[in-house]
Order: sequence, then structure tokens, then C-alpha cells
Amino acid sequence: MEYFLELFFGGLTRGSIYALIALGYTMVYGIIELINFAHGEIYMIGAFTGLIVAGVLTAMGFPALAILAVALVVAVVYCSAYGYTMEKIAYKPLRGANRLSPLISAIGMSIFLQNYVLLAQTPNFLPFPNLIGEFEFMEDYAHILGSANLVIILVTAAAMVALTLFIKYTRMGRAMRATAQNRKMAMLLGVNVDAVISLTFIIGSSLAAIGGVLIACHTGQINITIGFIAGIKAFTAAVLGGVGSIPGAMLGALVLGFTESFATGYISSDYEDVFAFGLLVLILIFRPSGLLGKAPTQKV
Amino acid sequence: MEGFKKSLLACIWFMFLTFPLVVIRVDTAEKTVQWRWMHMLWVGLGAFLLSYVWRFMLKRKAMGRSATNPDGTPVVPFLQRLSANPPLARSIMAVIAIGALVFPWLFSTYQTNIMISAMIYIVLGLGLNIVVGLSGQLVLGYAAFYAAGAYSYALLNHHFGLGFWTALPLGAGAAALCGIILGIPVLRLRGDYLAIVTLGFGEIVRLVLENWNEFSMGPSGVSGISRPGLFSVELSVDGATTYIYYLMIGLVALTIFVINRLKNSRIGRAWLALREDEIACVAMGVDRMKTKLTAFALGATWAGMAGVVFAAKTTFINPASFTFMESAMILAIVVLGGMGSILGVSLAALLILLLPEYLRAFSEYRMLLFGATMVLFMVFRPQGLVSSERQRYEFKETKESQG
Repeated sequence: MEYFLELFFGGLTRGSIYALIALGYTMVYGIIELINFAHGEIYMIGAFTGLIVAGVLTAMGFPALAILAVALVVAVVYCSAYGYTMEKIAYKPLRGANRLSPLISAIGMSIFLQNYVLLAQTPNFLPFPNLIGEFEFMEDYAHILGSANLVIILVTAAAMVALTLFIKYTRMGRAMRATAQNRKMAMLLGVNVDAVISLTFIIGSSLAAIGGVLIACHTGQINITIGFIAGIKAFTAAVLGGVGSIPGAMLGALVLGFTESFATGYISSDYEDVFAFGLLVLILIFRPSGLLGKAPTQKV
Repeated sequence: MEGFKKSLLACIWFMFLTFPLVVIRVDTAEKTVQWRWMHMLWVGLGAFLLSYVWRFMLKRKAMGRSATNPDGTPVVPFLQRLSANPPLARSIMAVIAIGALVFPWLFSTYQTNIMISAMIYIVLGLGLNIVVGLSGQLVLGYAAFYAAGAYSYALLNHHFGLGFWTALPLGAGAAALCGIILGIPVLRLRGDYLAIVTLGFGEIVRLVLENWNEFSMGPSGVSGISRPGLFSVELSVDGATTYIYYLMIGLVALTIFVINRLKNSRIGRAWLALREDEIACVAMGVDRMKTKLTAFALGATWAGMAGVVFAAKTTFINPASFTFMESAMILAIVVLGGMGSILGVSLAALLILLLPEYLRAFSEYRMLLFGATMVLFMVFRPQGLVSSERQRYEFKETKESQG
């Protein structure tokens, strides 16, 4: 039972992180129908920015939780800036081009960002300081649910609620939903579509930044390649839930997190990634619209 | 003045953007912080100048591709002039062919080896070109087919001592089979979804090769693969390199010939139709399943052959040679060369492989520049280095047609 609970919370933690990244994919896809391949790299940049902030502040002697807060804020600011710039350079000039061009441009962006961090920082694994620490009230449960896991789950839940409220009740959120439904019509009705698209990239990147810093605290080391695998898995989560659907991305991320956690716990840990990719391939073949997505209609 | 302001803004923005990653380097173990302010200066300067270039290019793109000479006549691209002049084109071809044939006698084994790699990438690029460029199916797991070919030869040679020439068709067949196995389930998918499934497939193949120790010997790979022998004569290392070199020239020539013939065949036109508009293409009576599967199988076949040659050339393979980066690089070759264009893809493969070899200083930045070039090409020149020419029927006006 304890093993089961440990795997359950492990899955919940993974799922939370995947959800944070998957939302960026799904929101961008919902609005401009592009798989933003470079989204995983934004997450990686978030982790690196967090590491740099943590390094500088540790040298100055700040307490751990204050460092975590500052690292999160700085990572969110920088990742938003990266997301915004990326959209302006690599995707905006391609609006109206055929479907393959933005996708290839996104792959190029992903390769570029990965190697940019490689050259600017290091190709090696870097140790990431544990900024979360161990809470005293959690001591009795530490073998099932670590403090870092708890923080990740809570922060993710808060971010999800905030995002849902934003999309549902604010003016900009309504503009986003309108743009996702029909970009041309939204434009005709006076929605500033360019601003909506920029905002989508900014929100998606901020969530990825939060995910990057938190998971780095949890795993304790980062490297330039973490973005690729996390990006693919988060994309799997987004597809699983139905790409374009925000609750779908959350659900899909949890399903993927649990699948991985239980499959590695009960079957074999060598094939951890194979389970994720296998699930992705199966879902796409048998239910391409995902769990909560609408079946796409083909317009001629 | 307006431009200056914009460039200044870009300069400040990029200095801000790159500040933490480029300037600061921390060592969390030693708790030391290193500040590299000089880098910021370079970034600022670069951003300032590049933003001028960026705006100039955007303006040129917005004006359309109406490139004209000063006197108003349209500029005819060099290649078009070349193809309008068959004797010149033929003599250039002859020079290239002779140059390629005498290459191993003029240069060292090391140089020959680099040329072999470049030619392997030409074959890979042309193979992927069938799938991506001609039939428009974006496949991101092409390295899996390459691995299928390489591992076929490596394992058959290791366990059963099969020779190169027996393994070549077997490797090609294994890769084609992989193409069909991947192709059948993804028939219904298109565009982005297809790209992701094939990426997943590529990663699964690599992960299985890495983890299934009994089958593929895991991450340490297969070593001691024998080089191809000439009529059961064992060749020296130099001799074998020269031999593989000529073999590759043959393979490249065969690839170009076959793809050229395929392009204007019934199936080739079906591919082009599929690429342009799937629904219209099916409505015109093209069998979608057959067309897609042949594209997958044929594309994979070339990867399989290239894989066999690769295994024979290096005599050692491991899963690390078949990562997503490999697939991305082959895709970059196809995209930069111009989707569907044989000449363009060959040129791009040579450029991408040879430039980093001969510009050592540049090799550190190779992948960075790849990424940037892919983005820039998509933005400014989506048709690639050499845009593929569609076959046109020209109706010459004669007296009869007028009358």
C-alpha cells in the first residue's frame, strides 16, 4: 500500500510538471495551430535562469525560500521574454505560409536555443540546489510524499486555478477564446489578434518557467537536454487530453504521469520513456482527437 | 533615424534577454559567480547590426520576389540559365564527375572518409526528400530507418558472418519493412500529428536498441563489423576506404537516377498531388494508402542502404549515432536544399557536412547555426537553396495551332 501511495504521489508530481508545460503547447496550438517545438527549450531556459539566480543569491547569503521566490519570478520574466521574442522572430513572419514551414522553423528554434545555452553555459550536468528543503510537519510522510513534491503539486494546482479563472472571466481571456474559435472573425470584431497571440506565448512560457524551476529543485540537476524530453512528454500529455483543450491538457498530463509512475514502478524502469512514447503513438492512432478534444472537421 | 531607434531597441532588448545566460556563470558547488561582461557587449553589437539586416530582408520579402536587373528585365536564376544551355550543363556535369572519380587518388584517406560521410548524407537527404519533399509527409524519425539498415548489417555480420553485398539488400529490405510498419498505422494522420508520431517512433527504436542488451548489445553498440571485401579479397584500410568511396559514388548516382525517374512517373505525380492537397488528390482517384506507403517504404529503403554503408565504413555502431539530432540534421539538409529538389538536397548535404570539417573554428557553432539557418530559411526562402522545378508542358505556337 505504501509503495502504491509513493507511486501515486510520484505520478501526481510528474503529472503536475507535465501539465505546466503541456498548457503552453495546448494554448498555442489552440490559437495558431502550431506545435511549438521550442516550448521544451523555454522550460530548460527557465531551469537555467533559476539556477543562475540561485547561484548569485546563495553567494550573497539569502535564505532558501526567499531565493526560490526570486528565482521563480526572474525565471517567469525571462521565459516570457524569450517566448515573446521567439514568436516575433520565428512564427509571426510565417503566418499564412503552409503548414510545414512554421513547424520546421520551430524545430530550428529548438536546436538554436539548446545550443545557445550549451555555448553560453555548459554541456555538462549542473547540480541544482534544493531550495525547497524539508518541512517539519511532513517528516512522518516523507517516505511517501517529499516536501518538494508537495510544493510542486500545490503550486501547479494554484497555477491551474488562476489560469482557468483568467480564461473564463477576464476580457483578455474571452479574446483568447474567441481567437481560438475563429481568428478571422475575432479580428473582424475588433480583437487585437497579435496581442492575443503574444499573450498566449507569454502565459505558456511563464508556466513552463515555473515548471522548470520546480522540477530542477526536485531532481537536483539540470542539463541542456532536459527540455527536449520534457517537451515531448508534455506534448504527449497535450495530445492525450485533446490538443487545444485546456482541461484536456491537465487531465492528459495526470494520466501520463500516473502511467509512467506505475509502469516504471511495477514493470521496468529501463523503458520509462518507451511507455510515454508508446502511449502517444497509440492515442494518436486510435483517438487522434484525444480524451476531451473535439474531432476536427475537415474543410475543403 | 527611425531605423537607428529600432536597432537600438533591439540591441537593448537582446542585451536584457541574454543577460543571465550569457553574462553570469555560477558554480553551485564552489558557490562562486563569474561575470562575463564582454559577452554582453558582443550580443548588443550583434543585435544592433543584425536588426538592420533583419528589417532589410523583411522589406525585400514584403516587396515580393520581383527581382529585376537595373534595366528592368527580370533576373533569370543561374540554374535556369544553365538548364537552358544543355552543352554548358553537360560539361559542368562532366567536370564534377571526373573530379569525383579522381578524388581518392589526389587526397588523403582522411579526406576521402569525409567525402564518404558527405555522400552518405546525400543519400539520406535524397531518401528523406521522397517522404518530406515529394509526398509532403513530415517524418521526424528518419534516423530509425538509418539505424535499421546499420543494425541489420552489424548484427547479421556479427552473428552469421554475412558479407556486405548480401547485407545491402537485406538492410534496405529491413528498413523498407520498418517504413511500412510505421506507415500503416499513421495513414490517417497528417501534418503535425504525423511528425510527432514519427518522432516518437524514432525515439522508441533508439531506446529499444539502447536497452535490449541481448538483441543489440545495448549502449556499447556493435564493434568489429567487417569492411566490404572485393571479390573475397581482404583490402587494407586505405584500400577499403577507396572501395567504399567508389561504392558510394555508385549509390549516389543510382539514387539520383532512380529519384529522377520516380519524380515524373505516375507514382511521383501522385506524391506531388498528395503533398499539394490530400483531399483533392483522393478525389481525383489517387489511392492514398498505396501512395503513402510507397513513399514511406522507398524513403526508408535509401536510409537502410545508407545505414549499411555507414556500418561498413565505421566498423562500429551504437545507438548514440541515431538520435533525434540525426533526424533533425537530415531534415535540415532537405529543407535547406529545397524540398523536392535533387540538386539542392545534394548541395545542402555537401555544405552541411563539409563546412564544419574545413572551418574548424566554425564547428563549435555548427548546431547553433543550423538552427538559426532553418528558421531564417523558413522565413525568407521557404523554397530552399534550389527551388524544385515542376514539370511544365510547353505549348509551342505553330501556324497550325493558330490557324
